Amino acid sequence: MQLVLEKRAERSTVIALISPLIAIGLTIVTMSILFVIIGKNPIAALNVYFITPLTDAYSLQELAVKAAPLVMIAIGLSLCYLANVWNIGAEGQFLVGAVAGSWLAVKTHGTDAGAWVLPAMLLLGAIAGALYALIPAICKVRFGASEILVSLMLVYVADLLLDYLVRGPWRDPAGFNFPTTAEFDPVATVPLLLEGGRLHLGTVIALVIVVAAAVLLGRTIKGFEIRVVGAAPRAARFGGFSSNQLVLLTFAISGALAGLAGIIEVAGPVGHLQPGISPGYGFTAIIVAFLGRLNPVGILIAGLFLALTFIGGEQAQIAMKIPLDITKVFQGILLFYVLACDSLILYRIRLIMPQRKAADGAA
Amino acid sequence: MLDSGSGHARSGTVLLQTIGLTKRYGSFLANDAIDIAIRPQEIHALLGENGAGKSTLVKTIYGLIQPSEGEMLWQGEKMVLAGPHDARARGIGMVFQHFSLFDNLTVAENVALGLDGKESFKAMSARLEQVSQQYGLPLDPKREVWQLSVGERQRIEIVRVLMQNPKFLILDEPTAVLTPQEADQLFVVLERLKSEGRAILYISHKLDEVKRLCDTATILRGGKKISTCLPREETAASLARMMVGTEIKQVKAVAHRQTTVPRLVVNDLSLAPDEPHGVHLKNISLELKGGEILGIAGVAGNGQDEFFAALSGERLSRDPGTIVIDGHAAGHLSITARRKLGAAFVPEERLGHGTAPRMRLSENALLTGHAASGMVHNGFINTAATLATVDRATESFDVRKAKRDPEAASLSGGNLQKFIVGREILRNPVVLVVSQPTWGVDAGAAAVIRQALLDLAAAGAAILVTSQDLDELADIADRIAVMFHGRLSEPLMTADADRETLGLLMGGSALTPKDVPDAVGA
Ligand SMILES: Nc1ncnc2c1ncn2[C@@H]1O[C@H](COP(=O)(O)OP(=O)(O)OP(=O)(O)O)[C@@H](O)[C@H]1O
Ligand SMILES: [Mg+2]
Repeated sequence: MQLVLEKRAERSTVIALISPLIAIGLTIVTMSILFVIIGKNPIAALNVYFITPLTDAYSLQELAVKAAPLVMIAIGLSLCYLANVWNIGAEGQFLVGAVAGSWLAVKTHGTDAGAWVLPAMLLLGAIAGALYALIPAICKVRFGASEILVSLMLVYVADLLLDYLVRGPWRDPAGFNFPTTAEFDPVATVPLLLEGGRLHLGTVIALVIVVAAAVLLGRTIKGFEIRVVGAAPRAARFGGFSSNQLVLLTFAISGALAGLAGIIEVAGPVGHLQPGISPGYGFTAIIVAFLGRLNPVGILIAGLFLALTFIGGEQAQIAMKIPLDITKVFQGILLFYVLACDSLILYRIRLIMPQRKAADGAA
Repeated sequence: MLDSGSGHARSGTVLLQTIGLTKRYGSFLANDAIDIAIRPQEIHALLGENGAGKSTLVKTIYGLIQPSEGEMLWQGEKMVLAGPHDARARGIGMVFQHFSLFDNLTVAENVALGLDGKESFKAMSARLEQVSQQYGLPLDPKREVWQLSVGERQRIEIVRVLMQNPKFLILDEPTAVLTPQEADQLFVVLERLKSEGRAILYISHKLDEVKRLCDTATILRGGKKISTCLPREETAASLARMMVGTEIKQVKAVAHRQTTVPRLVVNDLSLAPDEPHGVHLKNISLELKGGEILGIAGVAGNGQDEFFAALSGERLSRDPGTIVIDGHAAGHLSITARRKLGAAFVPEERLGHGTAPRMRLSENALLTGHAASGMVHNGFINTAATLATVDRATESFDVRKAKRDPEAASLSGGNLQKFIVGREILRNPVVLVVSQPTWGVDAGAAAVIRQALLDLAAAGAAILVTSQDLDELADIADRIAVMFHGRLSEPLMTADADRETLGLLMGGSALTPKDVPDAVGA
């Protein structure tokens, strides 16, 4: 008996849809084994991770709030990945967007600046994210530098920049020396959708972005260009599409979306700028993008699912003393399985018995 | 008749036999209960129209496709293949219709990847050189594949298979892109392999070649086996009739086409290659009027690819005046801008260059149509328009496919070619630059494509055809020029361009053309 991977003649649409589900299933099995190894009851742990957060309204809102930045960033990343461009530094673009928008909040703090502040902050965040993302893009186009390395290393630059600002120039004088800015003024804060709830305007913005991306990819020539440059570069050049331009464009869009997510996070749920504003949204969004099959609607679902692991992870830490890092392990294993299962879209697994009737080789 | 059924008495000598081999794609039957028997020391032709199921059958025999029904016997024993490695282990080798080479790897690396053996890279390289010398298929093991011409790429595939010392060799349209000389060399190699006791299954659309080379022929039509016959006892016409079911039309040119204004002018174009082993284009000039077809002959790798890239705008020249399309200086314009001036292009390689293999036909219609065909409004794609193009190409060029809008890669080679040519011709270009228009296309469809080119010229377009097939050029071109080492010869009137003259020019000799009167087409 033999196990072989056989290339499919045409990609399987069915597998393309269920491959993420297979990946999730395998991840859950692996996690259960891991829970047993660290001496926790896997059923109870999985219950805390995946079921409890879905049982009360507060957690459900929290889910949407956590999913919003993931979805926004992942949408941008999916455009890059479709075009075969590898932006790994969304975390850095997220932080730079947060810093740039916060600058305005800090400058207008305590003044009687009007309602223009928040829109201006969002705009600044997006522009800063885009410009920051253009650094690796330009290095790639002009000098042939690896965009993977450059974008990744810029994450640490952004992290340290934020750290410096909140410990130095922007530190809240009344903040007992904590590394944080003052709490943003109401005009510099993302409004809540419901009084007393958690949902804020950012979740709506994330939904709008999902729809916009779906239209872009499915209906416009730009979206076609993104897909064809990634799928068949030589044919794309024959079609008249320039891959260099697209490197710049997709990096700029994904940087802008990450930056926007960053400033929304700071001006929304967090309320001020401080280190640690992101539990790794920029990296987790990479998983979201792939789990969502680089498809906007898929990304929306995948974003909600990974948000669940963040919330479940926090609750598991509180309820069962499971270390928070398990969440990262979980996400890593998930990415591994997603990529592995993806090969099933283009290949099929076949078991071959040496002495078998040829007749049951029916495909 | 050598039908496999009658072969039972001699089954001891049968190397490979298929019994009722069937392959279904959904409800579509690509192969329908095919029986075929192949003996050692036999060159067996597999003939059929585009989409008849030839590639499907040989891929099944090579273990790439699992049959839906039926079985295969290898030396009299039942054979079930887990994959190509299983087939190779038994001594079955295959050279594909579409190459399976990695562009960024060297010749030797590509060969190493295709071999299952455990020998060292160095020993393998040495053996590669030795085998390629032995069979007269010269190759430089250190060159990277992307720099090689199609003919050279095919040599790699053949040498790679020969290095496995196969008992049974499958060749899927090996001569489609070879020059007559290259093809002759290949036949010598094949005769030799046959005399060494190997069996060969040979797919080709060139019937003369089949009559010359093959001992037996099996003919497929619409997925079914029509008959097995002795090609030497048939005529090309009778073989074609079995393939198509009807007579094939001869192309006919309008006797005297009206030529109009110059539509495509190239002024002293010189272009350094942008890759280490590319060909330097030197001082190319030509003028092509509306209504005219200019053929470009030449051995592959003499600058045809570079010339195509320069004409299409995939490579730009610094001086706008070097290329003039319909009166507009276009040397500096992108391919999209050139299309907007009314130019259309058909590259030699259909998968990956002419089309994105994993995208649907409608998306591939958009690929070249987005600039100028009303397929895009304000940045939005008009899906109805792209699908309409697919339907029109399907109808006008008889593109056979399993559904309305499949992925490009699922079409048979010849049908994809018909789609690509159709897609461009339907845009009614004023200038058409086309490479190998009928590469891998069956005789009937080739006639349709050639007729379409003639009709397009008659309607006033200027057409530049690059082809390895001198008969094709003789059939449709008004003038023929030869490309050699990046230079283009003075065009000859087709009537003056006999094989000998062209052959000399293709070999780099600058003979004055007028000396020899016979025409090729005669
Ligand atoms: N994966 C697939 N899915 C659906 N249909 C397919 C697939 N592969 C091949 N076909 C169909 O099967 C038919 C036979 O294809 P095949 O490639 O065997 O033709 P062929 O005889 O080699 O033609 P050509 O001379 O053009 O190369 C074609 O109509 C093709 O569209
Ligand atoms: Mg074929």
